[in-house]
Amino acid sequence: MQQGPEEKTILQDVPWPDEPPVMLPGQTFGSVTDTIADAVLTRPIGLGWLFGLFIGMTLLGVLMAAVTYLFLIGVGIWGIEVPVAWGFAIINFVWWIGIGHAGTLISAILLLLKQTWRNSINRFAEAMTLFAVACAGMFPLLHMGRPWLAYWMFPYPSSMGVWPQFRSPLVWDVFAVSTYATISAVFWYVGLVPDFATMREKAQHPIARKIYGLLAMGWRGSARHWKNYEALYLLLAGIATPLVLSVHTVVSFDFAVAIVPGWHTTIFPPYFVAGAIYSGFAMVLVLAIPIRKYYGLEGLITMRHLQNSAKIMLATGLIVAYGYAFEAFIAFYSGSTYERFMMQNRWFGPYAFFYWCLILFNILIPQVLWFPKIRAKTGWLFCISLVILVGMWLERFVIIVTSLHRDYLPSSWGHYTPTRWDYAVFFGTIGLFTTAIFIFIRIMPAISIFEMRALLPEAEVKAK
Amino acid sequence: MSHAQLSPPIYGLLAEFDTPTDLVYAAKAAYAAGYRKMDAYSPFPIEEASEAIGFHKSRVPLIVLLGGILGGSSGFGLQYWINCISYPLNIGGKPYLSWPAFIIPTFELTILFAGLCGVFGMFALNGLPMPYHPLFHSERFAMVTRDKFFLCVEAADSKFDLVTTHQFMESLDPLTISEVPH
Repeated sequence: MQQGPEEKTILQDVPWPDEPPVMLPGQTFGSVTDTIADAVLTRPIGLGWLFGLFIGMTLLGVLMAAVTYLFLIGVGIWGIEVPVAWGFAIINFVWWIGIGHAGTLISAILLLLKQTWRNSINRFAEAMTLFAVACAGMFPLLHMGRPWLAYWMFPYPSSMGVWPQFRSPLVWDVFAVSTYATISAVFWYVGLVPDFATMREKAQHPIARKIYGLLAMGWRGSARHWKNYEALYLLLAGIATPLVLSVHTVVSFDFAVAIVPGWHTTIFPPYFVAGAIYSGFAMVLVLAIPIRKYYGLEGLITMRHLQNSAKIMLATGLIVAYGYAFEAFIAFYSGSTYERFMMQNRWFGPYAFFYWCLILFNILIPQVLWFPKIRAKTGWLFCISLVILVGMWLERFVIIVTSLHRDYLPSSWGHYTPTRWDYAVFFGTIGLFTTAIFIFIRIMPAISIFEMRALLPEAEVKAK
Repeated sequence: MSHAQLSPPIYGLLAEFDTPTDLVYAAKAAYAAGYRKMDAYSPFPIEEASEAIGFHKSRVPLIVLLGGILGGSSGFGLQYWINCISYPLNIGGKPYLSWPAFIIPTFELTILFAGLCGVFGMFALNGLPMPYHPLFHSERFAMVTRDKFFLCVEAADSKFDLVTTHQFMESLDPLTISEVPH
């Protein structure tokens, strides 16, 4: 067992030999503070940022238009039709909520495992979680047909005297996703409070000082406060860990509890969770690589972060591959005609092209991450992450569409073709996500300042 | 003329340090000298600092536990009441109390209540939000959100005396010492 320096707080780093450092040398408490805070406070608004925001807001406008039209006409503008009644809305819901999972994994699970390299990526990974969950949460609402009645999903004493059906996974989903959104939001805010205090002191503009001051709630760094704060932070991590695993498990129950061939399988919960983390880390890299380049944060988000994320993608990708393999094996081993047909239909049916793309994008291409030389190149990591994001979207497409369009009775078979409004809503939520991320990195510290200070060697209390 | 106007009361004496080590040793020395009403301030959590000022146990874990128990029992209770008392419905011949199906909302509400109680409890225990605090009068104190460490011995301490406490704090070798007005 490697002996690192004695651990002082939950935030300190214990490096292994030959690992790239979690922070490049030469940083001090002050320089860490300035690098992160000045990216928000003193850096002028650049053309690159404006261009990114422009793209995001253009797509956001598309979303607004598509949703307005959807509310006027109804879900008939989408390609959904019995037997494929779920379509893009549920594909996108599962895809977005999976992306959110990496943020919680980084902020909670890696904190409990004392993986302190997480300190420089947890803040924007948590922001990513929030925005992804916001995008995800829209889809079940839009898909309802009558979204203004969404509150019927919650148990409240209505004049109708009826209640939600608590034996249904769709109601479990309401509880899981709304709890997840709430806990992610408070976890994120609690982490920001000490940094808002830093921003309050550093900001020059009186209005900015007021706003950061309000958000900081008068934080003053007292040892008593820190003690309560750290106790809470650790406990939130402790409860967020089973929570995040439960969320995608419940999402997989939406499928697994049904009797549709290709859905009714016990391997779904673990394989959905692994897939969620897989796509989430891909999104973390897609965001982190340009942000560290553009904001000159290479000293704080080092190759160690990128390489570790790549290793996690490799591991979760293999779990996903195992899931695909066992899905196919059980389909034949079960002896069920319907299951076997479902698998043959996936391989050779009308949507076979997407199935083989999914195998290529999710399993074959990411295997190049085994090579340390590839893991050391940010361009490669960025491209592979994009490929994985597309692959994971295709996975949900294949699960939903190929299972539904041909179930037990050939008389009820159908075909699913998305319309332009399906694409408009999907790319529109990418716009919402992009816009939110661009605004976030402009007005809030994108890296946790106080957790980075705690990583410095000077933060250790030495014997006198 | 009241006494208060003759000698304006101060909040306390504030000593500034450059490193967490200096802060922790100063806090330990102050505790050993008998001061109790004091606090250490730092730009990031230092476990030894809260130990040094004699603050050993946070009550946050208890609040989180109680919140979790409350959330879990109210979540299950709600489903029991709805399905068995308020509006019993026969769904596919399943028992009214199909408890395995109720576990997931119960679990989610446990987490939700535990988390929210913890967050509100932490802020309440810390007395936040508190937009005004005497320490914010000190110009140097702004550096606590950057790279400086502070020890404040409060005037409310029974052992506090402006002259002797000042002398004691000088013996701790701080960068600066200042009086914090109310």
